[in-house]
Amino acid sequence: MQLHEFQAKDLLRHYQVDTPPGQVALTPDEAAAAARQLGVESLFVKAQILAGDRAAAGGVRAVRSPSGARAAAAELLGRQLVTSQTGAGGFPVKRVLVEAGIEAAQSFYVSLRVDPHSASIAVLAGPHRASIEQRLAAGTADFQTLKLGIAGERRPGELAELGRRVGLSDEAASRFGTVVGRLHRAFVELDASLIEINPLILTTAGGFVAADAKIVIDDNAVFRHPETAQLRSDDEVDQIQLQAQQHQINYVQMDGNIGIIANGAGLGLATLDMVRAAGGEPANFMDIRTTAKSLDIAHGVGMILDNPRAKVLLVNVFGGGMQACDTVVDGLAIAFRRSGRVMPIVLRITGNNEAFAKMRLANFNLPKTDCADMGQAAARAVAIAQGKA
Amino acid sequence: MAVLVDQNTRLLCQGMTGWAGTYHTDRMIQYGTKVVAGVTPGKGGRTHLGLPVFDTVAEAKQATDANASILFVPPATAGKAMVEAIEAEIPLVVVVTERIPVLDMVRVREALSGSKTRLIGPNSQGILAPEVCKIGVMATPRAKRGPIGVASRSATLTSEVVSQLTSVRLGQSTTIGIGGDPVHGVGFVDCLDLFFKDSQTEGVVLIGEIGGTEEQEAARYLRETGLKKPVVALVVGRAAPHECRMGHAGALAAQPSDDADAKIKALQDAGVIIASSAHLVGATMAEAFAQRAA
Repeated sequence: MQLHEFQAKDLLRHYQVDTPPGQVALTPDEAAAAARQLGVESLFVKAQILAGDRAAAGGVRAVRSPSGARAAAAELLGRQLVTSQTGAGGFPVKRVLVEAGIEAAQSFYVSLRVDPHSASIAVLAGPHRASIEQRLAAGTADFQTLKLGIAGERRPGELAELGRRVGLSDEAASRFGTVVGRLHRAFVELDASLIEINPLILTTAGGFVAADAKIVIDDNAVFRHPETAQLRSDDEVDQIQLQAQQHQINYVQMDGNIGIIANGAGLGLATLDMVRAAGGEPANFMDIRTTAKSLDIAHGVGMILDNPRAKVLLVNVFGGGMQACDTVVDGLAIAFRRSGRVMPIVLRITGNNEAFAKMRLANFNLPKTDCADMGQAAARAVAIAQGKA
Repeated sequence: MAVLVDQNTRLLCQGMTGWAGTYHTDRMIQYGTKVVAGVTPGKGGRTHLGLPVFDTVAEAKQATDANASILFVPPATAGKAMVEAIEAEIPLVVVVTERIPVLDMVRVREALSGSKTRLIGPNSQGILAPEVCKIGVMATPRAKRGPIGVASRSATLTSEVVSQLTSVRLGQSTTIGIGGDPVHGVGFVDCLDLFFKDSQTEGVVLIGEIGGTEEQEAARYLRETGLKKPVVALVVGRAAPHECRMGHAGALAAQPSDDADAKIKALQDAGVIIASSAHLVGATMAEAFAQRAA
């Protein structure tokens, strides 16, 4: 679960990480009022969307007065902001953050994430780059890393050393280490999977201020943080995905016309690959989890039947110990009966309870073609989608 | 001989009295696995499925001489249950649970370091030595004893590949699900090492996917040690949209180095035979065996 910048900064302030004074505005008038209240010459109006690289896309405006803030907010609010991370459609700007500018002596990039290989919290620190393009071009050769355990904030010596390695004087490095220690504590206590501060500004007064902040909370740990669950964005693009999750289904919408159902993420990915290799385009990725019951599966099938682009349904199931074939077949039948849409099914179903599932299926009278081999099944689905079968 | 498990494996089941624990323990017993006890805090002293139930892993181990444990414990408490098994020095711990908070797995890996335990999973179907010992939840009808070791990040693809192998008359020595989570226990490198040392295993199948660095580490290991037996790999996810979490938390192609093509190239450069499609893994291994015989 990714948080908006203003939410991330609210949380970081609880951990004594300084952020610029600022206020969220929903309208141009609110933006002007926020600017007046801040009472400073240098101001930024920042679009709040769940994607990075906003500055390069014009989503961050420098202004010098309340009327400037009003004008910038009027331009940003209600608009679809397209950045290098949003895809072509962009994300809607529903809020702006009006913030005081910070006098920077130096700017840094700092991030914390879980490093799977070493099973530690990896801190990455280096010089700030204005855009992702510049960051990719410059690479991370001059970036420094530090791997921390769960109790990492209790190693102040190493944290300060990281500051010296990014080129800070002893005194500044020690304060930098304190900030990284606080970020680490926030990371552990919030069950984050990513915290990124870009830039972390060393001010002319000698303090550190997080001028931007990105926090992603581990979805598997949200149950431990009911207070963060309500921060879930209403404009999160994947409301559909979320609904699928509640039905024990992992769903990702794609652009093609072949609806796909598989049990297991690996088999699902393999099915996408086989469809693509046969010259077809998947309409979606769908993995039904082992915990899905037939009604959950019916919900998933229904999502594909509701997709007007999908022309054929490819079912690739290997019934396992936790989810037998008959459960999937029941889900299929329920969804088709509910929907009433007639969509050809290419069915490859094998494994536990296969014979029983096929016997049940015969009674449901669905428009299906059986295939024993999943390679054949993919080719067959592609032929139907292309009108060749 | 299979790797990690055999007919002397004595299994505990943590969470045996729950629904999933009951169902799968029963199936494991039917398969021939020696299950010796269950562990459920607060239910010590009862009998379930004809087996004694203990409050703690340490008590169960002392009473039954168990040398392996499988967990059917919900995500919120699975981390603690793993640490308990590690502290009781259970040599093999298998975890099926999915959706465990990633920082809990960081804590578990801290407990594992320097311990006497090998961890399989989480989010794993388990480990199977066909016709000998099953510790997990996998489908078994097509699994047959034989010369192929299988290590996989995906449960259903393992069943699929096992079925293909059996149909080309290549049985399996052991199948190991290393799990779909980013932070996990044994990896491909551990499995390759075990299979290369195992006298029953004559060939190895790796089933990988986008995200993480397991495949690259396997490639590095194979370049350094050389291929002691033929290795066939399948890497899925070429057609997956970028930066999309596809069910497995680990299957996230966010870095260019994580994508399927980069992994395939790394493995190919290390001498691994790549199965061109998921339905051709059995045939690819059969061909490798035929060439070796010729």
